[in-house]
Amino acid sequence: MGLYRALLRLYPRSFREEYGDEMCAVFARELKATNGAARLGLMMRALVDTVANASRVHADITGQDLRYAVRSLRRSPGFTFTAVVVAALGIGATTATFSVADHVLLRPLSFPESERLVKLWQTQAARGYSRLEPSPPNYLDWKRLATSFSGVEAYAGTAATLLGGGEPERITGQRLTGGAFTLLGRPAAIGRTLIESDIASDQNPIVISDRLWRARFAADLNVLGQTMALDDASSVIVGVMPPEFIFPDRETDYWRPFRFNPQTGDEDRNNNYLAVIARLKPTVTFEQARSEMQVIAAQLLQQYPKELAENSASVFRWRDEVRAQSRMLLTALVAASLCVLLIACTNLANLLMSRALARRTEFAVRAAVGASVDRLVRQMLTDSLLLAGAGGVLGVLLAVVSAPLLVRMVPSSLPIAAVPPIDLRMLLGAALVTVITGVAFGVLPALRVCRKTDGSALKEGARGGTGRGTERLRSALVVAEIVASVVLLVSAGLLIQALLRVQAIDPGFKAADVLTLRTALPTPKYELTVTREQFYQRVLNEVHALPGVTKAAYISFLPMTMRGGIWPILTTAADPDSPGGFVAPDPRDQRSASLRFVTPGFFDAIGTPLLQGRDLAAGDTLDTQRVAVVSRSFAREHFPGQDPIGRQFAVAFAVRTIVGVVGEIRVRGLERESEPQVYMSAAQQFNGQLGFYAPKDLVIRSSVLSTTLIPAVRSIINRTDAQQPITSIQTLEEVVALETAPRVVQLRVLGAFAAAAFLLAAIGIHGLLAFTVSARSREIGVRIALGAKSRDILKIVVGRSALLAGLGVTIGALVAYAAARSMQSLLAGVEPENGPVFAAAVGVSLLMALAGSVLPAWRAVRVDPLTATRAD
Amino acid sequence: MSPAGIRPESLLPLPPAVFHILMAVADEDRHGYAIIQEVLSRTSGEVRLSAGTLYRSIQRMLDDDLIAEVLERPAPELDDERRRYYAITRFGKAVAGAEASRLTELVKLARASGFVPRKV
Repeated sequence: MGLYRALLRLYPRSFREEYGDEMCAVFARELKATNGAARLGLMMRALVDTVANASRVHADITGQDLRYAVRSLRRSPGFTFTAVVVAALGIGATTATFSVADHVLLRPLSFPESERLVKLWQTQAARGYSRLEPSPPNYLDWKRLATSFSGVEAYAGTAATLLGGGEPERITGQRLTGGAFTLLGRPAAIGRTLIESDIASDQNPIVISDRLWRARFAADLNVLGQTMALDDASSVIVGVMPPEFIFPDRETDYWRPFRFNPQTGDEDRNNNYLAVIARLKPTVTFEQARSEMQVIAAQLLQQYPKELAENSASVFRWRDEVRAQSRMLLTALVAASLCVLLIACTNLANLLMSRALARRTEFAVRAAVGASVDRLVRQMLTDSLLLAGAGGVLGVLLAVVSAPLLVRMVPSSLPIAAVPPIDLRMLLGAALVTVITGVAFGVLPALRVCRKTDGSALKEGARGGTGRGTERLRSALVVAEIVASVVLLVSAGLLIQALLRVQAIDPGFKAADVLTLRTALPTPKYELTVTREQFYQRVLNEVHALPGVTKAAYISFLPMTMRGGIWPILTTAADPDSPGGFVAPDPRDQRSASLRFVTPGFFDAIGTPLLQGRDLAAGDTLDTQRVAVVSRSFAREHFPGQDPIGRQFAVAFAVRTIVGVVGEIRVRGLERESEPQVYMSAAQQFNGQLGFYAPKDLVIRSSVLSTTLIPAVRSIINRTDAQQPITSIQTLEEVVALETAPRVVQLRVLGAFAAAAFLLAAIGIHGLLAFTVSARSREIGVRIALGAKSRDILKIVVGRSALLAGLGVTIGALVAYAAARSMQSLLAGVEPENGPVFAAAVGVSLLMALAGSVLPAWRAVRVDPLTATRAD
Repeated sequence: MSPAGIRPESLLPLPPAVFHILMAVADEDRHGYAIIQEVLSRTSGEVRLSAGTLYRSIQRMLDDDLIAEVLERPAPELDDERRRYYAITRFGKAVAGAEASRLTELVKLARASGFVPRKV
């Protein structure tokens, strides 16, 4: 019998209290009528019966509560709308940021046992490089010596012009060593991946991406064996990867075998350009692998002390290849969204509490006619869960719309999709947040109100039913809202300051009125310098002839689009005996510069001043002295206090004579220090050498709106070489804007959070005061009747608001300072203790509190003592 | 019509347990266990209502005003104070009638389609 009674606990309490005894009586009679094995059967039946019926009773009650909730929420659309929007903002913000953070930081990569995938890097601590691309000889030695890995493979980016079947298109791909696909462990969707024997194959096998397969081969299932003209060579398609295969980045459209070539410097230990991935053996830990690699690096250093001076090796988990700044940014975002959620929840709690207090009489009546307290609590929980649920649905929509924007803030070098997927994981996360919101902030008001449904509510009167405890709790919630909104306002303010500071940085050129585009000339067609020169000459001559064009020139890479291209510089030292007058530098003091080839007139075109000497000229060819123009910092670094013109230095296999000095360009971007710059004449590039540096970016300065030139320039290039694709058409201003784009997005997102928080806090403070005024209208009426002036009444309401606001902004400013310190790396040198920003945030918050109290104060002053005291 | 203006047809079709309970209390007020016994004997042991099904149905039927709790109790020596007696309401009778008509119509249709019930 005791067992049956225990089973009955599965029913809702109200049902159990109503029918429990009778059900026990029925069961007792049935029990009496049976014995032995039949009793066991009866117990089993009772168990099944109870579980089935109890769940249906629960469903019935929930259905009733839901219908009741919908009816009563419909009756107060204003409340319902506000509550749903508030919940949606909180849930949406949290879901979006969590799904992005999960996507970028937590979720395993989409390769089998991806937790064992690591990346290997060279390091050069003395020069501050913690991740330096390994060179081919080092990679081969690592592969040979390391025992921690089941595979060590290398890859490197490449690009080619895809010809045939429509417009020529510049596509990017990867060259991979033979075991790379096996190491990744993902099969092809059609055909096969690359294997070891492909490396030596003269067939040029190639694997293409799903995107390329659809775009260029119309998703043809018979694509295998077809040839593809990449640059001037043709490759045979052996496989198509599935759409979700991303390696190593989203832009990669093809994969071909990697053949190391001694002629292009692949035997040079300082030719650092590979990316190396490895798979840990199941029995080896990450730390063991790391120490083994350090031992191997030390061995190699002994073997090649000159080439590998100061070099070591390091291992990083692939999943962790997210820049510290991105990590920090995401953490900040999640914190911001939690602030918004906290505010939303407090608002929701406050709203529900006001509503609950307003419905006290209704609950008291229901309690009086027999509704149990738990039934009333359940009803209120249904209300809050329904509101939170509606908010959750709206919030998920909000998250789906905003997640792609958020993810743009995080420049990712990881092989992950561009947009976080909307999947069960994300939806479950959102549901969890919704339920927590609904329950946590529905239970509180429900318990507070129902504790008093003992009939005292029926006698409601005296102070309109706001107990001190409730009042204090609500005030605390409002203070929490102000704190959170101050924190977000300060953070957004500091980010604005940081953005302005970065935007004010001089890039070293004049970005306005300049059109840029890229024509990457393919090899072997343009292998010879003279062939390239013909192309440049013809294009530039015709572009110069266009009306409105003031200057045009080519450069290897536009500033800020390619940040690398750094070479060691050898300058003359006091060693006349050394051949050519140059000495090998001390490896620990390697000075370097960023190297570019340009056509004459580049500095005019981009708007960088020529400070001394002359520009590179048409007469600087392979037949004349090798010359260079250097930046001011180069001259200062290598020839301090001397006239740099006519001085010589060696870079990239040749001695160059300085003929001019120009201003600094921020090659590495606005926020990073750049190496000194060296510019050499495109016509003085040796055949077959430094092909990567062959000028490809065209810079056109014009007196007309630069984008209007695009059709004409396009047709000029088309006439010059019909097979030459044009890519990356953009204005120079856009290139610079891209530099600050992540900051602009950061600011927009945090700004949106701050605005939402601000709005919510305003609603919260207004709601609290409005409720206080209406609840205390009787007291106010009495005070007025006793001769209180408007000023005194105002003092009560505004004073209260000022107290809450004062408390909120004080705590808020302290928390904001701590938050700002922790996000210092995002602030581009703006100090966290930035007076104006704090003053503005505090001022705005105080104003908001004041504005929130205007309407309630107005109402309080207008309370009619007669009506108020007659109220009940 | 019920006091709330609900049409009997709007509750159709009735769950079988509800229809059985209505038939069991049609001629006499009964308590829960008696209803189980009555249903059992009316159906010659075919339908045995479980306590859970019975009281869940009773709760819904009270809510829908199909039955009502009887406040008059039998003589104390016959009464167990835990027991509550239930009587059919006018609305309950109307609903049961409507259900019976619905079933009759259904049987007619079945006959027309050549489904002749087995003789019992």
